[in-house]
Amino acid sequence: MPKPLLTDRPAASKSTEGTPNKAGAPESEDRMLFGWGRTAPSRASVLAPEDPSGVSRALSLVGSARGVIARGLGRSYGDAAQCAGGLVIDTRHLDTIGGIDPETGDVEVGAGVSLDRLLRVGLPQGWFIPVSPGTRQVSIGGAIAADVHGKNHHADGSFGAHVSALTLSTPSGAFEVSPDADPDLFWSTAGGMGLTGVVTRARVRMRRVETSWMRVDTERHGDIDSLMSALERVDAEHRYSVAWIDCSARGRRLGRGLLDAGNHATVSELTGRRARRRLDPPPERTLRVPFPAPPLAINPVTVAAFNEAWYLKSPSRRAQIRHLSGFFHPLDALGNWNVVFGRRGFVQYQFVVGDEHRDVVVHSIEHLQRARCPVTLAVLKRFGPGDPGPLSFPIPGWTLALDLPVGPPGLRPALQALDRTVANVGGRVYLAKDARLDPELFRTMYPRLDEFEAVCRRVDPRGALGSDLSRRLQIGAERAR
Amino acid sequence: MNDAFGRPASVLVLGGTSDIARALVRQLTAGGTDKVLLAGRDQARLDEAVDEARAAGAGSVATLLFDARNVAGAPGVVDSAFAEAGRVDLVVVAVGLLVDNETEERDPAKVAECVAVNFAWPAAALTRVAEHFRTQGSGRAVVLSSVAGVRVRRANYVYGSAKAGLDEFARNLHQALTGSGAGVTVVRPGFVHSKMTLGRPSAPMSTTPDAVATDIVRGLENGAEVVWSPGKLRAVFLALQLLPEPLWRRLPG
Repeated sequence: MPKPLLTDRPAASKSTEGTPNKAGAPESEDRMLFGWGRTAPSRASVLAPEDPSGVSRALSLVGSARGVIARGLGRSYGDAAQCAGGLVIDTRHLDTIGGIDPETGDVEVGAGVSLDRLLRVGLPQGWFIPVSPGTRQVSIGGAIAADVHGKNHHADGSFGAHVSALTLSTPSGAFEVSPDADPDLFWSTAGGMGLTGVVTRARVRMRRVETSWMRVDTERHGDIDSLMSALERVDAEHRYSVAWIDCSARGRRLGRGLLDAGNHATVSELTGRRARRRLDPPPERTLRVPFPAPPLAINPVTVAAFNEAWYLKSPSRRAQIRHLSGFFHPLDALGNWNVVFGRRGFVQYQFVVGDEHRDVVVHSIEHLQRARCPVTLAVLKRFGPGDPGPLSFPIPGWTLALDLPVGPPGLRPALQALDRTVANVGGRVYLAKDARLDPELFRTMYPRLDEFEAVCRRVDPRGALGSDLSRRLQIGAERAR
Repeated sequence: MNDAFGRPASVLVLGGTSDIARALVRQLTAGGTDKVLLAGRDQARLDEAVDEARAAGAGSVATLLFDARNVAGAPGVVDSAFAEAGRVDLVVVAVGLLVDNETEERDPAKVAECVAVNFAWPAAALTRVAEHFRTQGSGRAVVLSSVAGVRVRRANYVYGSAKAGLDEFARNLHQALTGSGAGVTVVRPGFVHSKMTLGRPSAPMSTTPDAVATDIVRGLENGAEVVWSPGKLRAVFLALQLLPEPLWRRLPG
């Protein structure tokens, strides 16, 4: 039986990954891979090339039968960065960071650089990452492939809007791609989940900040209407905004929650210790969850108790000064929080619907309550205009992200029903979070898929690029297989 | 691919006319499984199962003929099934043959046939399936065992011992597949009202093919290695296994 390997070594080689062998070519290693949600694992050969030319070599050698996909830090929740039986290109060694242009903030970075590292290099010089998702443990390549968004989407758009050029390794060669030179390929790569090729390097425009502190307004709202109206209101005056929702609350208090809205603090707003440490990076130290929780630890009762406590501990406050790591990345303090969901793992369901369909947000919370599916974390946010990417997730409107432990029998049918509701009003779910969407509904949600597949055929005529996600959703070459 | 809930996009059923397998295929296709390949011995009955799967929502359904009495042919059957289907996310092994101990336990040919169909053929086929799964880097096998094999009774020892062999084989194959991306789920139904048990006296805690299929789907979602159906049989058989042999021998049936 053919082995999905590039080297002529046996498949079971247990060598240290990425170390060159005597011939100078890096070896691959067979590994089980899964997403951050820890569902649907599969095995692939993992290769960590030392440089972009190593990526190109790997892509030119791989056959179309088994597929190849890039993987950064493995923070997509579902099956986007794994390729069962195929080759996975680990970008960890593409880790160079160039100098930050003091005028424009432009910086050349390798695709394997994490936002965390880029932030630590940039902050002391007064530069912040342009878009920050809920974790800093995301690679540049992954941030582009998922076209990630942050609390500033309404003001600044998603990550792709802050990339002015990238180098893309494809099975038909490496290309310098920019929004001007080849907009189709650039915007298909932004949000394309790695299916146009492997990003090896990008030029990212950083944001000038005076301090590493945020001036934050927190508002507590007792019901969903009040919370959503407040989100609409604060966006005009705040670059960053997000709301946490207590999905356990019912009846009159349905959708109650906390709104955080912030701007970068200026030097004049800092006093004392903070003023002396105005460009401090985030703390390096992270805690780890020592062992997976037993399956019964997370249930509607414990989740409701946690939500109640969280809601009550946060009164409305104006203009607090908080460090940006706590504002942007609260969960990064716990390095492996995903293991608390135990053996079965969890899914994150994130959808977006247009402004006029805010009722879908309310409906989804009620629907999951009726199906008896506890929501451990719910985050609501407004999106501004989307970018031109055919598979890019954001469209203007409301986006709700829900963490849902796998286990309740009603969860799968409840999410299928929500998929239909979302698709019916022209909304969509986020592929970087997905591990369960149906291929037909995916096509309804992303009507420009044909454009995307045409670009894929151009750079990958043999259909070598593919992932478990592209197989499951029958994207591109997988449709014919 | 299997999704986050262990739902397959494509399924291969070895023993596609079994009532439990048909119920499972109906539930899977109704829930989104698109591609079905049914392998069995009787084309007419396979065609019925095909119609059922289509009605439940399957996009593509094909059939394959084989005879589980031909143990040497097992790898060939599996190879042609994978060649036909491409990637297979779930393989259901539902071949089975119930023998009547009263009339057949002293017939060596019948006993050999029972062991072949219930143990030797499935074991050979699963060995080949595991090889395909290793290459795929993913896949799940569901193996229909029986409580009859958990502790074998005098009254049903020919069938029971063959199922006992298959049960042990499949659970250990799961261990052997650790790290491969593939796994095995063993299903232990109690007495199921189906065409196989037609005309036989019912046992306590009997169940139906649909109920067993529902339990299997739940088991896939939870990544269970063993699925009892109904679930309370787990406790019952834990107790029965602890029963001293002389007492076990005196139990009725």
